[in-house]
Amino acid sequence: MKNAFLNVLNGETLDLERIPHLSFNNIRNTCLDIIKAGGKVVQFFAYENEEDIKLIAVLRTDKLMVATCYAPDTYPAFSKTSEPFHMFEREIAEQFGIRPQGHPWLKMVRYHPNYRNRPDVFGNDYTQDIPGNYDYYQVAGDEIHEVAVGPVHAGVIEPGHFRFNCIGERVLHLEIQLGYQHRAVENMFHDVAAKRLPILAENIAGDTTIGHCLCMAQAIESLTQVQPDKGAHIIRTIALELERLANHIGDLGALSGDVAFLPPANYFGRIRGDFLNLMLLICGNRFGKGLVRPGGVRFDLNDDVRKTLDNRLKELKPQVKHVLDLLFSASTVRARFEDCGAVSNYDAEQLGLVGPAGRASGIPYDVRRCFPTEHYLHLNIPENKKTAGDVYSRAKVRYDEVLQSIHIIESLIALPVETACVDNTLNPLPPSSFVVTINEAWRGEVSHAMITDKNGKILRYKVKDPSFHNWNGLAMSLRDTGISDFPLNNKSFNLSYCGFDL
Amino acid sequence: MFTTLKNRFEQGYRTCNYPQEKPAVFSRYRGRPIVQKDAPPEVIQACAAACPQEAIDTSAKKIDMGRCIFCGTCEQISQGRFVRFTGDFEIATAQKDHLITDGYLPALAEHSKQHFKGLFGKSLQLRQVSAGGCNACEADLNVLATPFFDLARFGINFVASPRHSDGIVVTGPVSRNMRTALLKTYEAIPEPKVVIAVGSCTLTGGPFVGSPEITEGLDTILPVDLFIPGCPPHPLTNLHALLTFFK
Repeated sequence: MKNAFLNVLNGETLDLERIPHLSFNNIRNTCLDIIKAGGKVVQFFAYENEEDIKLIAVLRTDKLMVATCYAPDTYPAFSKTSEPFHMFEREIAEQFGIRPQGHPWLKMVRYHPNYRNRPDVFGNDYTQDIPGNYDYYQVAGDEIHEVAVGPVHAGVIEPGHFRFNCIGERVLHLEIQLGYQHRAVENMFHDVAAKRLPILAENIAGDTTIGHCLCMAQAIESLTQVQPDKGAHIIRTIALELERLANHIGDLGALSGDVAFLPPANYFGRIRGDFLNLMLLICGNRFGKGLVRPGGVRFDLNDDVRKTLDNRLKELKPQVKHVLDLLFSASTVRARFEDCGAVSNYDAEQLGLVGPAGRASGIPYDVRRCFPTEHYLHLNIPENKKTAGDVYSRAKVRYDEVLQSIHIIESLIALPVETACVDNTLNPLPPSSFVVTINEAWRGEVSHAMITDKNGKILRYKVKDPSFHNWNGLAMSLRDTGISDFPLNNKSFNLSYCGFDL
Repeated sequence: MFTTLKNRFEQGYRTCNYPQEKPAVFSRYRGRPIVQKDAPPEVIQACAAACPQEAIDTSAKKIDMGRCIFCGTCEQISQGRFVRFTGDFEIATAQKDHLITDGYLPALAEHSKQHFKGLFGKSLQLRQVSAGGCNACEADLNVLATPFFDLARFGINFVASPRHSDGIVVTGPVSRNMRTALLKTYEAIPEPKVVIAVGSCTLTGGPFVGSPEITEGLDTILPVDLFIPGCPPHPLTNLHALLTFFK
């Protein structure tokens, strides 16, 4: 499709001036057309450049494309007709005080004052305790009751508030309100010393350390024209797959626990730890913190490490397979997983779901296949899509990906891997530049975008965790589902609170 | 049924024998740092300048394990001449100033509160509050319930309600939006109660130091009894801290 947007590669640095500067109406119409034709939103955010407030949109079809425009103070909301913009428009309203008129549900995302001291779009007073001080969506009627959960949950998990409107056991609507973990990560990227950039990226979401840190590292590598060596690409690919393995296996164990089938819950709980330990084997940290840096990796994969990794994988692989069989062949498990919390392909497309949640609903998109980085150019990643969109499909996507990830790592460590380790030093960033990076972390598409000012300082750092797309998918899956199935559905998405809250 | 049994046999017995035996941890693990005090001043300066957490005090030649995220940058650039990270995971302290160290930590058992041992030595029920952070600390607390660590065999459990608990385990840098929920949870715990701070975020703000949205140190708002450093602390670090402090 020919339009006014500029095609851009994943991780390609552009001079800011090269990004087409369109009229607001042109951006709006083009965005709506592209999404209507099946395109998706990768990034849509505002930034301030020398007094001007601008909007920038990065969309994807089979290509990535970008354009920018001046931001109006108020504008007719894209979300009125195009749901994938829903969260992005709320975020822009919260961060920059720009009101999307007619937005179907304009409420705060993370409970913080906007960056420009403009009147708050939501009418909040942030000197007061805001979280929870908000009129939740209510359903009226004699038999209706509400269940409020969080921010402090019963388990050892992150904080968030869930408000169920139920009739009997049946959930009519689930409202999810997050923001409790907001740490102002994006703004910290603008101010901290360069040596802290990787540390911040690693701590956006600890379970996606590699995914987020890769996005940051690739962005800086592109800006500073540094090329990691082949070995570094391989080690990063191994790390991203180890991260996927640990989390998928943990999720499958937790799903098993939630349907009270305890043996796989315990076995996978232990095996997940074994995969975390393999990450520690490589870099000294169970979550991969300290491994990925702009320019490469800080730890090599010498023959000792490689052989230990190979031996452990050989030991773990049959165990994983057997526990997978145990879980997926139990008729009681299938009876609970199947038809539970189905999200139709239509809804998933409308919401713009990504990652395993999207694939479970028939959206084959996988960054590793569609916009490959690192060593994925040389790997064959299957489509892995399912059709039912239920808990079973979301579990089955993980089943497939677990076996594939083990295979990928095995194939990558078959031959010696050599890399020159890098340290924490960074080259200066170029002035007035833009870069966007995407990677397929275990939850789906992670994206970072960076804009530098005329002095090469970071002017705007934008982070998008896949959970930003997918939380509304969880809410949809609960529609007309028994409230007792919430834990199972929640686990089948297993979304990030901190990655969302930033 | 047959598959279930076959799997059970294959899995075998997996629980570690800690504290009788220390489980082996891979050699790249970075535990308790040891400082070489006679390192050349320029090496010490270079380490301090490169430390992303500004955890190195060049004049006292000490590391603040509360700020440190154990990334190993100082070890890498000094090639071990100034700082060396050992495989010792037993690094929790009972006082915040003990976290600032040259590598030799006061014995935790000697600094633990003796009346806690009488009260909680046989049964300790804890409520966890995740207050910001990145979820890695929560994840490595959760694994204490898996068969390898099996925390429950020591009479220590994480429970669902603060009313049923003897104390709280806090993770994260106490974001502004979680502060009230945290304090309310603390208030809901019956006296006498214990406060355990887990991870560099909770101890000092960690990677988020400088953010206007966080609290730099849980001890500035609650009386902390036990400080567990790390980013995140290794599960064995948590296990050691709980067993040594309360048993």
